[in-house]
Amino acid sequence: MKSSNSGNVGIVIVSHSPKIAEGAADMVRQMVGDVVPLAWTGGDIEGGLGTNVAEIVEAIETAWSPAGVAILVDLGGAETNSEMAVEMLTEDRRARVVICNAPVVEGAVIAATESSGGSSLAAVKRSAEEFYA
Amino acid sequence: MSLDRAAREKLVRALAESMIEHADELTSLDQAIGDGDHGLNMKRGFEAVLATLPGLADKSLPEMLKTIGMTLVMKVGGASGPLVGTFFMEFGKALPEQPVRADLVAATEKAINAVKARGRSDAGQKTLLDVLVPVQIVFAEGGDAKAIAAEAVQAADRTTPMLAIRGRASFLGERSIGHMDPGSRSASLLIRAAVATIEFEENS
Repeated sequence: MKSSNSGNVGIVIVSHSPKIAEGAADMVRQMVGDVVPLAWTGGDIEGGLGTNVAEIVEAIETAWSPAGVAILVDLGGAETNSEMAVEMLTEDRRARVVICNAPVVEGAVIAATESSGGSSLAAVKRSAEEFYA
Repeated sequence: MSLDRAAREKLVRALAESMIEHADELTSLDQAIGDGDHGLNMKRGFEAVLATLPGLADKSLPEMLKTIGMTLVMKVGGASGPLVGTFFMEFGKALPEQPVRADLVAATEKAINAVKARGRSDAGQKTLLDVLVPVQIVFAEGGDAKAIAAEAVQAADRTTPMLAIRGRASFLGERSIGHMDPGSRSASLLIRAAVATIEFEENS
């Protein structure tokens, strides 16, 4: 997990597979460099395929930005666990985190590109979600 | 109803044993229509719960249930972690320390509604709600432990011919028909384990 400090919306990538999450993060970095706070997480607590709430919370903290954080997820459990993680944040942070209804790889790249231009959290989410709409 | 410390510990052990003993069965159900990790995930979650004994049973019933829920949320890993964990957390939150039956009925109803909200689902979509919802009806109508356990088993069986609308099995479309929903099976096992313990305590 890596991050950088900027006022841009942070991006969190959550996949059942740590390889997919890391690979998607690599693609984001190639597009936007270090101007977007970015973190990824994947795998269950034993390192198998799955997601885990504690690591998602940690990833959100890592990618935290005052502009908010957009989370990209793959399959059902990643979404449910991400929702649970968001609920565990402090109330003021909770209001500034969104889960995007978008494919994880394409969504992450588009969201990060939008974020790199200084767009708002709502605009970042909309861009990611419009890709397949 | 009051569960003393020994009864609370017994309840926790019964819940955990039901998941540990049936882990292979749950996994093979999940291999048929899901990603094949349900048995292992539930086993891991409840082993983590067991590891919090004996301290866990020192807590009041509501606090104990909330702690079980949080442990499951953090340790299970799959979508069932937040779903089953939410049930326990909300069940605990809604209970007074010395609940009577009406309190249990009201609290389980709140917990089931929280599971519906968490999963954006309801009965009829081939999920654990297809066990929770009908069992809740039997419970609310005054059914005893035997009737509740019987309904839990039958409700899980009734998911076999259902078409999955939510969860990983929904990707299979009509191929999800003909297999029991693993989440319904684990819910029925947990309910059966719980009511067996509690009735035993009340009669002893």
